[in-house]
Amino acid sequence: MSNIDRATVAKIARLARIKIEDDKLEPLAGELNNIIGWVEQLSEVNTDNIEPMASVVDAKLRWRDDKVTDGNKAESVLKNAPNAEYGFFAVPKVIE
Amino acid sequence: MSDYRIQGATGDWEVVIGLEIHAQVTSNAKLFSGASTEFGAEPNSQVSLVDAAMPGMLPTINGECVRQAVRTGLAIGAEINKYSVFDRKNYFYADLPQGYQISQFKHPIVGHGTVTVDLESGGTKEIGVERIHLEQDAGKSMHDQHPQYTYVDLNRSGVALMEIVSDPDMRSPEEAGAYVTKIRTILRYIGSCDGNMEQGSMRADVNVSVRRVGDPLGTRCEIKNVNSVRFVRQAVEIEARRQVDIIEDGGTIDQETRLFDPVKAETRSMRSKEEAHDYRYFPDPDLLPLEFDDAFIEAARDSLPELPDAKKARFMEALGLNDYNASVLVAEQVSAAYFETLVTAVAKATGKSEADVAVKASNWLTCDLFGALNKAGISITETPVSAEQGAGLLALIEDGTISGRIAKDVFEIMFETGKDAADIVEEKGLKQVSDTGAIDAIIDEIIAANPGQLAQYRAGKDKLIGFFVGQVMKATQGQANPGVVNKLLKPKLDG
Repeated sequence: MSNIDRATVAKIARLARIKIEDDKLEPLAGELNNIIGWVEQLSEVNTDNIEPMASVVDAKLRWRDDKVTDGNKAESVLKNAPNAEYGFFAVPKVIE
Repeated sequence: MSDYRIQGATGDWEVVIGLEIHAQVTSNAKLFSGASTEFGAEPNSQVSLVDAAMPGMLPTINGECVRQAVRTGLAIGAEINKYSVFDRKNYFYADLPQGYQISQFKHPIVGHGTVTVDLESGGTKEIGVERIHLEQDAGKSMHDQHPQYTYVDLNRSGVALMEIVSDPDMRSPEEAGAYVTKIRTILRYIGSCDGNMEQGSMRADVNVSVRRVGDPLGTRCEIKNVNSVRFVRQAVEIEARRQVDIIEDGGTIDQETRLFDPVKAETRSMRSKEEAHDYRYFPDPDLLPLEFDDAFIEAARDSLPELPDAKKARFMEALGLNDYNASVLVAEQVSAAYFETLVTAVAKATGKSEADVAVKASNWLTCDLFGALNKAGISITETPVSAEQGAGLLALIEDGTISGRIAKDVFEIMFETGKDAADIVEEKGLKQVSDTGAIDAIIDEIIAANPGQLAQYRAGKDKLIGFFVGQVMKATQGQANPGVVNKLLKPKLDG
């Protein structure tokens, strides 16, 4: 059985860059434990020799041809960026 | 086995190296979108909404990238997995808009293979390749354009990469360099990657650890994004030294990611320990498993050219080349192609078999032409002397029209002017004189003009024959056929 504690919640939040107040860590840990515990009921089923199922419908991965069909839309790509300069995304400096 | 050792204060250390090579797949469009992969375009102009990770966008795999990965696997004799799975490798960085890289973790497209590398000692070594998987490249960050901002260009985001992961089989900087060189040669032969390390289409992460000979593996450090063969060698040497010094001072090695700085000749830590990576791989729910059949693999196999190892063996066995010349010629496909055109043309011009003319042709190519190209600082693709022209020169030597010495002068003029050898020989009147009558007359004159030397020769100083040969060559401005001169001269001197 899994056990998600405060520290794990804080770590996951940091990895996902989601800010969570300290007083929310404990309650979230409880909620996550409930969710995982519920999902883990599935482990009661014997799945020996059963291939993992990739899709619920009988579908195959669709392939595309090696042709340039897209691009030349820098304006659209940058439209929602909080900041853009000279055609680049401009983000807070990410190097020391 | 390599006997490369780091000499520490407390004894010898062995270095263990494994490499992850990222090779950009040659394709028009990206791995999962229809945006162009071309190098050097305006920022963010080759970005689809898939590459920019806009909500609701779905990836669709480019079949050509799959085919090239399969061809690469086949070229190193690897297992090809007809079933593979794309996973999300999660991490946060400004040039990764998805927040994850689509990669292959548990089920890569290519399994274990082997690469044979040539060593400077003349021997070879087998290096295992653990796997090759397909993955997306990230965007490009520029940190030096603005005081407060990092500029991000997503043109490279989503371009297909093959990650080629070696076994930890290398034991010296030389072996690591030879492995990168060999992988690059193979990729270029089959055309699955252009192998251009300067433009970043091939780069290596170098894993280095040290140990006492016979001990279990030590803790490794990963040196990221090394972008030349020379730097791979230097990085291994410098990092191994650093690790030995730490251990001998009583310290321990932290497993971490490091950066190689060729200017300062050092490696340094890239990330703070707090940021220890936790990629949380899981199968990408946007992509079904990648599957193909045997016919797809066989078609890929049929499309492979003769590979460098096979070509080298053929050059040695069928054409009689030595190991060194054969290795030099197959290292670049253009050199090998030049050589093959040259040999065929010389054989045709002289009526001899290819095997009879190949060794001389290989010597001329590796010494004379490559020497001149090196001196001029240009590559064989820019050679002013074509293979057909080279064959013209070699055919003139072969049929006795010019001597090997005159050929050197003719070649120099060819290299400068791009003219054909026959024209140069004609214009400058450089034809070798094989006419025994003419040479006979000159020999008689020389002997008559040097009675002193003749007397000494006849008194036993038979080395003086060299003097007479020299005089004859001088009198004919180097155009006398040396074979004919020797044959005629000796009986006359001996009286």
